[in-house]
Amino acid sequence: MSNGAERMRRELMIRVVRDFTEGKLEETIDRIPLAIRPKHSQSSRCCIYHDRAVLKYRLMALLGFASENETDETRTLKSYLQEAVARKEKVKEPPLSVCSAGCSSCPDSRYNVTTNCRGCFARPCVFNCPKGAITVENQHSKIDYTKCIKCGKCEQVCPFNAIIKTTVPCEDACPVGAIRKNADGVAEIDFDRCIFCGKCFNKCPFSAIMERSQLIQILQAIRDGKKVVAMVAPSALMQFPGTVEQLFSAIHKAGFSDVMEVALGAELTTEHEAAEFAEKMIAKQPIMTTSCCTAYVELVKRHVPEFLDKVSTTPSPMRYAGRLVREKHPDAISVFIGPCIAKRLEAMNSDEIDFVMTFEELGALLAGMNIDIMSQEKWKIERPANATARNYAKSCGVTEAVILEMQEKNPEFSKIGFKLDNKFINGIDKKTAKLLKLYAMGKLPGNFLEVMSCTGGCVGGPCSLIK
Amino acid sequence: MEEQKIKIEICCGTACYMLGAAELLRLENIIPDQWKDAVDISAIPCLEACSSDNLGGAPFVKINGELMSNASVESVCEKIFEIMKTRGGH
Repeated sequence: MSNGAERMRRELMIRVVRDFTEGKLEETIDRIPLAIRPKHSQSSRCCIYHDRAVLKYRLMALLGFASENETDETRTLKSYLQEAVARKEKVKEPPLSVCSAGCSSCPDSRYNVTTNCRGCFARPCVFNCPKGAITVENQHSKIDYTKCIKCGKCEQVCPFNAIIKTTVPCEDACPVGAIRKNADGVAEIDFDRCIFCGKCFNKCPFSAIMERSQLIQILQAIRDGKKVVAMVAPSALMQFPGTVEQLFSAIHKAGFSDVMEVALGAELTTEHEAAEFAEKMIAKQPIMTTSCCTAYVELVKRHVPEFLDKVSTTPSPMRYAGRLVREKHPDAISVFIGPCIAKRLEAMNSDEIDFVMTFEELGALLAGMNIDIMSQEKWKIERPANATARNYAKSCGVTEAVILEMQEKNPEFSKIGFKLDNKFINGIDKKTAKLLKLYAMGKLPGNFLEVMSCTGGCVGGPCSLIK
Repeated sequence: MEEQKIKIEICCGTACYMLGAAELLRLENIIPDQWKDAVDISAIPCLEACSSDNLGGAPFVKINGELMSNASVESVCEKIFEIMKTRGGH
């Protein structure tokens, strides 16, 4: 297990699915926080009561509700569950939520001089500070925070490692400055700036940032006997025990009427992306950039709007897969299963997709239903997607697919001396977000730019099982 | 006579897998080279140890038939070491 926050999140999901499947969640849900933190047990926070309060909000998010919208603190989880079960329509609200009870209100990020400081003779901190913010008093360096610009040079040059940085992990992880502390010191997400990349969700050591799940709506649709079709993202390969064919059988056993590879949608994305690229190049557009990563498209929309006309208009593999499901099963509910939070946002605005579930939630669903993947029969995949399409899960997968497609479908391009000059950004952070501004200004080379929000591509997604 | 290998069975039921067994599968690559011939590591289907109210105990591992709860790379290695010591010589 990489950390306790991740473990607790998964354990709660499994408990919820298990009790829902056994038909007793309404009775048990308000007791879950007490069952996990019984009297006299060890607490992870200041006391078991604080732990229980956070667990309650965590369960609320799992039912699909944001703790920010809570108006009545005495409202039971049972009542939220009843509302979730009755929900039939798509919820069109931001898929992330900050639990104020969980947020530790981390002190502002800044550089501190510790007692390791020996007030040395060389004083490299003083000499290297570009703003003259460091002085030495009583043989101890002191930072003037009205001058400090947090460049970190002092930390790098101190021979005694005496200068350290206190960090606010969520703020530091956010590539676009969308998460800030409010007047009460509690983290708050500005949803006009947020690109739903999930980096804060992964980095908060108090696990205060939560996704608003659609798990209950999916489980209820299955219980109601509706046709529910699972579309599994290509990044699922290697994420679960057993083979992909066994995983598909397990999903079918959980109650999904059909299981499909999202990579089939990726094949269509490749075809259209290559055609669009050829068209744009003929029209003398200097550069085209990919559109399959939702967090990246949101980044452009919200922070580099001047680059938006260079983003390809080709639908993502998820949306094409959704269309394939609609053609094959017009009466079915389509569920995208992937490692991504941003896809929840894309799905909200796409008619082809009804719900989104993460790999963590899928794992919990199977665990909660006692479905063992390794003991399943092999599912007969009607038409396996091609390898280049399955490769979309990795950084540069899209580029490779488009290059191949260009060679096959548009050989005349190379004949006239045209070259696809690909560039890529593997993981969005504060620096690469700035780099995009330069691309937008046309200051950087390349005519095909692939950007993936997660390092390594979708396989490094915030809700993947193995990182 | 050659000593029997220490049998490590990692439960890869979905719950255990989600709650830590995925990492335990790396054991094979992590354990010291000199142990490699002495242990036999395998991934096995659900042991059904996590049912009832014992989810908090996942992941489960069986070492020479003995069930271990909350198994981690460290705790499994410790156990291997213990068994080797009782056998004398490693």
